[in-house]
Amino acid sequence: MTGKIDQNQIDYLKVRAGMGRISRREFMGRMGALGVSVAMAGTFYAQAVHAAGPVKGGMMRMGVSGGESTNSLDPALAASPVPYNVLNQFGETLVNVDENGQLEMRLAESVEASADAKTWMFKIRSGVEFHNGKPLTAEDVMRTMERHSNEDSKSGALGIMRGITSMKVEGDMFIVGLDTANADLPFLLGDYHLMIQPDGGFDNPAAGIGTGPYMVEADEPGVRHLFKKNPNYWDDSRGHVDEVEILAINDTTARMGALQSGQVHLVNRVDPKVAALLDRAPGLSVKSVQGPGHYVFIMHCDTEPFLNNDLRMALKYAIDRKDMVDKVLRGYGSVGNDMPVNAAYPLFDDSIPQREYDPEKAAEHYKKSGHDGSPIILRVSDVAFPGAVEAAQLFEQTAKAAGIPLELKREPGDGYWSEVWNVQPFSASYWGGRPVQDQMYSTAYLSTADWNDTRFKRDDFDALLLQARGELDEAKRKALYSQMGMMVRDEGGLICPMFNDFVEGVSDKVQGWIADPTGELMSGTASHKCWLTA
Amino acid sequence: MHPILKLVSQRVALGLLLLLAASVLIFAGTMILPGDVAQSILGQSATPEALANLRAELGLNDPPVTRYFNWLAGAVQGDLGVALTNGQDIADALGRRLGNTLFLAFWAAIIAVPLAIFLGLLAVRYRNRWPDKLISGVTLASISIPEFLIGYLLVYFVAVKLGWFSSVSMINDSMSLGEKLSAIALPVGVLVLVVLAHMMRMTRAAILNVMQSAYIETAELKGLSGFNVIFRHAFPNAIAPIVNVVMLNLAYLVVGVVVVEVVFVYPGMGQYLVDHVAKRDVPVVQACGLVFAAVYIGLNMVADIVAILSNPRLRHPK
Repeated sequence: MTGKIDQNQIDYLKVRAGMGRISRREFMGRMGALGVSVAMAGTFYAQAVHAAGPVKGGMMRMGVSGGESTNSLDPALAASPVPYNVLNQFGETLVNVDENGQLEMRLAESVEASADAKTWMFKIRSGVEFHNGKPLTAEDVMRTMERHSNEDSKSGALGIMRGITSMKVEGDMFIVGLDTANADLPFLLGDYHLMIQPDGGFDNPAAGIGTGPYMVEADEPGVRHLFKKNPNYWDDSRGHVDEVEILAINDTTARMGALQSGQVHLVNRVDPKVAALLDRAPGLSVKSVQGPGHYVFIMHCDTEPFLNNDLRMALKYAIDRKDMVDKVLRGYGSVGNDMPVNAAYPLFDDSIPQREYDPEKAAEHYKKSGHDGSPIILRVSDVAFPGAVEAAQLFEQTAKAAGIPLELKREPGDGYWSEVWNVQPFSASYWGGRPVQDQMYSTAYLSTADWNDTRFKRDDFDALLLQARGELDEAKRKALYSQMGMMVRDEGGLICPMFNDFVEGVSDKVQGWIADPTGELMSGTASHKCWLTA
Repeated sequence: MHPILKLVSQRVALGLLLLLAASVLIFAGTMILPGDVAQSILGQSATPEALANLRAELGLNDPPVTRYFNWLAGAVQGDLGVALTNGQDIADALGRRLGNTLFLAFWAAIIAVPLAIFLGLLAVRYRNRWPDKLISGVTLASISIPEFLIGYLLVYFVAVKLGWFSSVSMINDSMSLGEKLSAIALPVGVLVLVVLAHMMRMTRAAILNVMQSAYIETAELKGLSGFNVIFRHAFPNAIAPIVNVVMLNLAYLVVGVVVVEVVFVYPGMGQYLVDHVAKRDVPVVQACGLVFAAVYIGLNMVADIVAILSNPRLRHPK
């Protein structure tokens, strides 16, 4: 063999790998012997295995951080990653948002809007059965929506149900009426809390009965959740493995250990500090996906001293975003621009200029604000976001260079969300992001929003938001969103230094992985779309 | 009434009183914590209406004193109620977790206690020579290293590098005893290393103390072998302090191993309690607190009674 690579041998090995007859390790070794570079061989292997199509069977195990013994199977109460993934195994929503930010029909077969975008009609898929054998009807859909929006609701989706004024069923159509036009309504009904349950789950909300590809087999909150394949699942293109086990592993080191020792196939939330090291370990890879989640420092625009926009601008110029992405996220993220949206959102205007660290401009604005020079107190805690305390310390240093006296106050993690966030005028926090810009802005920047954690109350902004919501012309909507983004960026109370990536560990045995920016672990569908090889 | 019986019944009554006091303290403690149940359950993204609805449903609008006595009335009838957070039956969930904790503690104790006492006797037999120094050195080193670090080291070398045991010690009902034992091998190892030194050192010290007595000299003079003297004559008279420290360590194995549970993802009581404290799930915290207090009080009572029984002067008071 004189420098020429034997194509026949390569093709033969690719066929073997595709059939699952040889392991990845063996394949790589043989390829090396044939003079193929490691990177090339890796690509060949992935091609070969992928070309062969999904392999059925096996048990996929996921080590997921963010599960507690207090978790419930009630979709309304889900708030952390383990319940999020659990819901996605047994439940399904009307629609999903796919990896390209487009609507994907699930339990709804089609969606149509009236010309004024005030009435939306969902055609409910026929021939779908719940795990208890009951067929899915439009009535079940309506009852589910009722449970999440009625007066006694404690659902995490209550906020997004608010614009709905009427709901009715006509045959297999579920019809929603809105008080104001909303071009994004289907995206809102794709929220993961809105898993369709038989009779809306009124009689037993935590029964764990849905229409999803996997059925609940064992439910031990905070420990593990076991699922078996739903034999009557309607969509053959999903659900390749026979069983799915979700283990609640909150300790980062334990989670990484479980992945390395092969006890789990997938883990969420790889610590950026060890991601590069972990990626070098054999038999697995670290995947990083840009997401809509962001880490923030929030100022109340209606409280002294943040009443003054010059002071807000001074602080916005006094933060070194690039440095924070490098040091806090270790590069697993992207810089923020003091707006709650980024390129992960549809209709994002990427021509908006990036704000840079500029101590001179910061000092100028600070001087103009006429602030008395007393320390500005920034409240922070470890729970605000991973690395929040370090980020605040970096902020303190860069602000000092601009002559702005920032003082950090460490708060206990326990009770941070009820006592500090959305209560104190200046604190660290995070946002998980939303599928569309309208939802992000309506959730936290509308004057009347419950979670308006920057107290940004502007009638002109509210008017723009409503106008954009009802605008069906995408180019015009994009222009409106751009205008709104600029308003928040230049006049709001949000300091957004960075957007964090989803950083996840994936075993080489897992095939079919795709980068999905809408949520963790392929927005909860990793077990539906991936399959296992030997 | 026999004096021993009287003593035991006195102790039991006192223990119950202590338990009641502990439940008041736990309840007061959870009331002082910042934040409230509804906010903790629904998290950062809860709307005010959702919070108000949940508060009303959980009965959080009643005054704390009413809530305490409602709970107490249920508890004395054996009804621990349901968890506020996920509606699971507390007695049921707690029972499973307690079973796991006792399973782990049992296997750790069954290795650690005899081993510690044996090593203690050995250290006395070869006191101030190399076996004594080696035993003391190793056990003191293992107690001085934080248990999570020992845990991580074992995970890295034994689970990840060698692949002998699993790094995740999750056990469930569908596993056989052998599978369970293999799953808990690493946490048992850590716990043994952590509790060994304390018991070993106490055994050594207590026996050395007795070894100064005249009757030991007699035993030696009558020609008994070194180990026989220690085991048959010194050990029985040193039992009281040894049992005391053994019981303390057993209590630790039951109530103090939350860090080990987290490192090995073991579904025991510690993690269960911590999760519910974080969510201010008062009924569960109360129930766990009671179980922990009962274990402590119970084991200490056993230590006292054993100490009395092992001492003829206390057994037959004048």
